Amino acid sequence: MKIHEYQGKEILQKFGVATPQGGVAFSADEAAAVAQRLGGTLWVVKAQIHAGGRGKGGGVKIAKSIDEVRSLATQMLGMRLVTHQTGPEGKIVKRLLIEQGVNIARELYVGITLDRARAMNVVMASTEGGVEIEKVAAETPGKIVKEYVDPSAGFKQFQARKLAFALGLEGDAFKNGVKFLLALYKAYEATDASLAEINPLVVTKEGAVLALDAKINFDDNALFRHPDFAALRDLNEEEPLEIEASKSNLNYIKLDGNVGCMVNGAGLAMATMDIIKLAGGEPANFLDVGGGASAQTVESGFKIILADKNVKAILINIFGGIVRCDRVATGVVEAAKKVKVDIPIVIRLAGTNADLAAEILKNSGLSFLVAENLKDAAEKVTNALAA
Amino acid sequence: MSILVNKKSRIVVQGITGGEGTFHTSQMLLYGTNVVAGVTPGKGGTLYKGNEKDQFERAVPVFNTVSDAVAAEGADTSVIFVPAAFAADAVMEAADTGIRLVVCITEGIPTKDMLAVYDDVRSRHSGVRLIGPNCPGIITPGECKVGIMPGFIHKPGRVGVISRSGTLTYEAVWQLTERGIGQSTCIGIGGDPVVGTRFIDAIRLFNDDDGTDAIIMIGEIGGTAEEEAAEFIKNHVKKPVVGFIAGRTAPPGRRMGHAGAIIAGGKGTAAEKMEAMANAGIIVCDNPALIGETMKLLLAKKSRNGTWRQRRHGKTAVRKSSKKPARVKKAFPKGKKTSKRKS
Repeated sequence: MKIHEYQGKEILQKFGVATPQGGVAFSADEAAAVAQRLGGTLWVVKAQIHAGGRGKGGGVKIAKSIDEVRSLATQMLGMRLVTHQTGPEGKIVKRLLIEQGVNIARELYVGITLDRARAMNVVMASTEGGVEIEKVAAETPGKIVKEYVDPSAGFKQFQARKLAFALGLEGDAFKNGVKFLLALYKAYEATDASLAEINPLVVTKEGAVLALDAKINFDDNALFRHPDFAALRDLNEEEPLEIEASKSNLNYIKLDGNVGCMVNGAGLAMATMDIIKLAGGEPANFLDVGGGASAQTVESGFKIILADKNVKAILINIFGGIVRCDRVATGVVEAAKKVKVDIPIVIRLAGTNADLAAEILKNSGLSFLVAENLKDAAEKVTNALAA
Repeated sequence: MSILVNKKSRIVVQGITGGEGTFHTSQMLLYGTNVVAGVTPGKGGTLYKGNEKDQFERAVPVFNTVSDAVAAEGADTSVIFVPAAFAADAVMEAADTGIRLVVCITEGIPTKDMLAVYDDVRSRHSGVRLIGPNCPGIITPGECKVGIMPGFIHKPGRVGVISRSGTLTYEAVWQLTERGIGQSTCIGIGGDPVVGTRFIDAIRLFNDDDGTDAIIMIGEIGGTAEEEAAEFIKNHVKKPVVGFIAGRTAPPGRRMGHAGAIIAGGKGTAAEKMEAMANAGIIVCDNPALIGETMKLLLAKKSRNGTWRQRRHGKTAVRKSSKKPARVKKAFPKGKKTSKRKS
């Protein structure tokens, strides 16, 4: 689960992580009011979308007066912000973060995430702040220092000191840096985060160490422990069809292709997408209907796939293990009768009761393209697209 | 022969009286798996025969703790059907008894909990092997099914199968069985970012197993476990390996159903994995429909040229002559035959 920068910063503050003073605004008036409340002579107006690269796209601007805050906010709210992470269609800005300006002396990087190979969390620091860490890792990997966290011992003081020294921090900035790192790890642990990235981490001319930006992602598997996070969800940031699918407990991801697919199991769903590509199409979605593919699930799946106007054909691929193919077939027939389908549907059902399923599809009076196996399914998709 | 489980394995089911536990215990018993005990705290001392929906073919004694089940019934393998919030604790309970093998089927365990479990098993119970979580389990066809896979698609034989997925594994197994190729053991290692047994661990076991002639390895996007295994295969494995990676068309930054199936920071792509595997001499299928066919061709080659074992000891070792990347390139729909290993 992803959240906005301002939400991330509010969470971090609770754990003692220092950030610039700021507040969220949904209108130009609110933006001016926040700036007024913060005081000072310099403010930063930051567009809040779930994507990086906002600065380059014109989503981060500096204001030198309250009037300027107001006019920048007016410009930014409602604008279509395009960054390298949003795709060409961009995202509409609906929320702003107004922050007090800070006297930046240095820009650094700190990030915490899971190292899968070691099965440990890793705290990474780099003097190359403000640059994408993937770029630093690829070009100058020596500039990233890492401390691995022993799950039973936790992140220790000495590890924070090592990182702070590696960042070249001194005096007050060193003390603040150590405190910052320990607090950040505490926040990461306590919130079941999967990523806590501070880029840039700034050292001010006064020696303060602040999170100028904050990207926090949460482990979806742990959301049951954090019911309060549900309020942080911003539906504007999600694909409408994905929101619809999540209501029916379907695991759906919208893609840009022309062949929709409905599959049971995540691995087989990915493999089916790959097959569509090999067959000359492009997958329009990922859809895992899960272990209990009932008539109802199939029907909701159909509706969601068909709501995507790019879809020119559908491939249903079910490997019946615990799921019985005849039940899925019944579901497909019922759904196809209810929902008007005027594009070719290729169906491949294998495993438990596959014979019965074939019979049901044949006698349905509907024109399904029934495939014998995966290879045959791909060929039928190719033909359907050519027709 | 086989790895990890066989007809002598004595299974204890943790969470046996729950809905999932009951259904799958009935299925395991039907398959002939030697389920000797169940554990549900508070229901110890009873005999469980299933519920109205799923009746067991024989009653199974239920214990309050795994250690009671181990002491009373000599259980050596545990299978866990406990909800996600309690599953990490269930794994640690089983590991604490020193049981040989723990298979955790549960999906949705928080990563933080799994880090603690992984550390606990690795540093305090080195004799215990964990498979999963978020996996279909492990089966030695004709002998022992520990998990949720449909038993009938399997056939006893000499090909080992390892996969991060559930239904995609069934697909590959079915492709083998349909072609008359049996399996020694099939392991689903799980789709989470932190799993107890990785590809490299399972490959090691299959490599040392006299009952396994060839290996199928099915990976997917996310992490570097496939690359890690490829490096090991390159240096240590003489048995032929056929591979597939799911998710070539998956977009970066999105979690594709499995918690671990995500391309993060540009890393963990299918292309990287396929390249690493091909470089290690693994025959990588571009097309998941060709996994079975590829293995069939490979095994046919073997019977023409004598056994792999003889070739391994021969002057021109298989691996040496096939170091170059070999990939099954032919895509649908024209490719009728898969390309053979280049030599």
